[in-house]
Amino acid sequence: MTLQSDCCGVYFPNPIVLASGILGTEAGLLVRVARSGAGGVTSKSASPRHRTRHPNPTVLDWGYGLINAVGLANPGVAAEAPILRAAKAELQRLGVPLIASIFAETVAGFAFAAETVGRAAPDLIEVNISCPNVGHELGKPFALEPESAAQVTAAVKKATEIPIIVKLSPNVTDIAEIGAAVEMAGADAIAAINSVAGMLIDIHAGRPILANLEGGISGPAIRPLAVLAVYKLYEAVNVPIIGIGGVSTGADALEMIMAGATLVGVGSAVRSRGLEALGTIATELDALLAELGYTSPDDARGIAHVTS
Amino acid sequence: MLHLDDKALSLPQVAHIVRLENENYRTKTFTLDVHWPEAYPGQFLMAWLPGVDEKPFSLLSNDPVQISVAAVGRFSRQMHTLSSGDTVWVRGPLGHGYQPQSGPMIGVAGGYGVSPLHFLARRLGDGRERHIIIGARTARDLLFREKFRAAGVHLHVTTDDGSAGQHGFVTVALLPLLERLPTATVYACGPKPMLEALRSLCQERNIACQLSWESYIRCGFGVCGSCAVGKDGWLACKDGPVEVILPARV
Ligand SMILES: Cc1cc2nc3c(=O)[nH]c(=O)nc-3n(C[C@H](O)[C@H](O)[C@H](O)COP(=O)(O)OP(=O)(O)OC[C@H]3O[C@@H](n4cnc5c(N)ncnc54)[C@H](O)[C@@H]3O)c2cc1C
Ligand SMILES: Cc1cc2nc3c(=O)[nH]c(=O)nc-3n(C[C@H](O)[C@H](O)[C@H](O)COP(=O)(O)O)c2cc1C
Repeated sequence: MTLQSDCCGVYFPNPIVLASGILGTEAGLLVRVARSGAGGVTSKSASPRHRTRHPNPTVLDWGYGLINAVGLANPGVAAEAPILRAAKAELQRLGVPLIASIFAETVAGFAFAAETVGRAAPDLIEVNISCPNVGHELGKPFALEPESAAQVTAAVKKATEIPIIVKLSPNVTDIAEIGAAVEMAGADAIAAINSVAGMLIDIHAGRPILANLEGGISGPAIRPLAVLAVYKLYEAVNVPIIGIGGVSTGADALEMIMAGATLVGVGSAVRSRGLEALGTIATELDALLAELGYTSPDDARGIAHVTS
Repeated sequence: MLHLDDKALSLPQVAHIVRLENENYRTKTFTLDVHWPEAYPGQFLMAWLPGVDEKPFSLLSNDPVQISVAAVGRFSRQMHTLSSGDTVWVRGPLGHGYQPQSGPMIGVAGGYGVSPLHFLARRLGDGRERHIIIGARTARDLLFREKFRAAGVHLHVTTDDGSAGQHGFVTVALLPLLERLPTATVYACGPKPMLEALRSLCQERNIACQLSWESYIRCGFGVCGSCAVGKDGWLACKDGPVEVILPARV
């Protein structure tokens, strides 16, 4: 049995990668997750300029998953680059690839961010397009329209030689349409899904609990949504897919792979299974593949696609 | 992620203030109608005031839950406007606290670091030798002198300006104790420079120490990474807030 996986020519010791925004704030944390058995790690999304934090509550566990509005607070790409460089030096020794996540409020901002983090030589750059577009009259996120998603993709592609993953939002009518558009615009891979828009209200306070009012739902509650998104994307695009959303066990990871994922992102499971979650999930996946008679994740990829 | 019946425990819970005490000119102790029998010294809670913020506070007591809050900024000043019967929302207990060792206790508290150490001193009231050093910039900033005396510990006081107790930092009182009690464990909570000084003093002398670190806490359960301290990705909310440092050789 081998768990080795290839995504855009980058070698991953196993397909379980840390999703962006979970523990990815510091080099030491990225390295810690890699040491505990992750196949790859993604840094927290960084933007062209420093963004200050919102008041709390920003991350809560509501029983079926998490909800967060960390609000894309980050030190900015200039401060992020040294963090990525430090992480990369150590990760290289461990043989674990680094994915650098970026976002911006303008198309030009995305290009600038890609160029800046690119200097730290991450193995892949992930483009988080769920952020509001300040150029749009309603500040509509880039991820919601095929045209804006494609524009960002093309601009980032032009700004860097490093292969790019475009990370899609589930808060759309037809995710396959967006996937096809970013593939056309040059995406080397697609990640899906980002968190699902949601809200919690405290009935005693009579108001939303998150200081930001709304947030993104993640964890077990969104797994079937994520599986469907990956399934639809697999039918619509040819580039590799990183399946993310609610994966907590090896069985969940295999489900994503059967839907068509090449790599599987894990975030919220760190809440229920600790920082070692990724290594544990990889071990479970390994045992499960063997038990079901597969010799590698590649064998199982996409097999759930039924031709009628 | 939890089961249906206890899912709510992870979200902020309604609590009522049942008692308020003034500790000094800017610090109040809040007693809540919340009981956490399993909580222990060094753990913390997140207190939420809707429309204001949610911030971490060390437990002074678990059953009923008590916290002491110094009014220094937006959230803590808002806490100080509350009265008995008012509502504050809490989540917890969170984090890993002190792991009491056998042998004498030397507690070192800077500023509001007194809360978890008072809780710990009460837990360790089993006849062992207990020393508490409280340090502050000036006499009026000192906290819990009466409370510690009532707990029956040997109390040592230091102030940076000499306006009460010994003149100088907490280390002035600590050094002779470390000489005299080589089998003691140092338990501390306070500002970063104080903790760093204690760490080197204890390591040089091969004395065990447990230090409670402050950091910017968001989720409180080891997911968001905002409270990472130092180079190794140590998380104040989950690995800590108490760092347990064993002596290099025993
Ligand atoms: C694990 C943990 C346990 C904590 N336990 C306690 C506790 O038991 N009691 C308590 O009062 N606080 C405690 N704190 C600090 C508390 O969470 C808040 O940071 C504090 O109340 C200030 O929040 P604020 O919104 O009022 O002020 P902010 O608006 O955040 O800060 C206002 C200004 O005050 C400064 N400041 C912050 N804290 C202090 C302080 N203690 N003394 C002087 N200046 C300060 C800040 O640097 C800033 O300049 C703890 C923090 C952590 C991480
Ligand atoms: C606290 C938190 C912060 C997040 N921050 C980011 C981020 O900065 N960029 C991003 O692309 N996704 C972010 N996400 C979304 C995750 O990367 C992931 O897509 C989502 O949580 C679904 O996966 P999960 O169910 O395994 O957590 C964040 C999620 C959480 C819970």
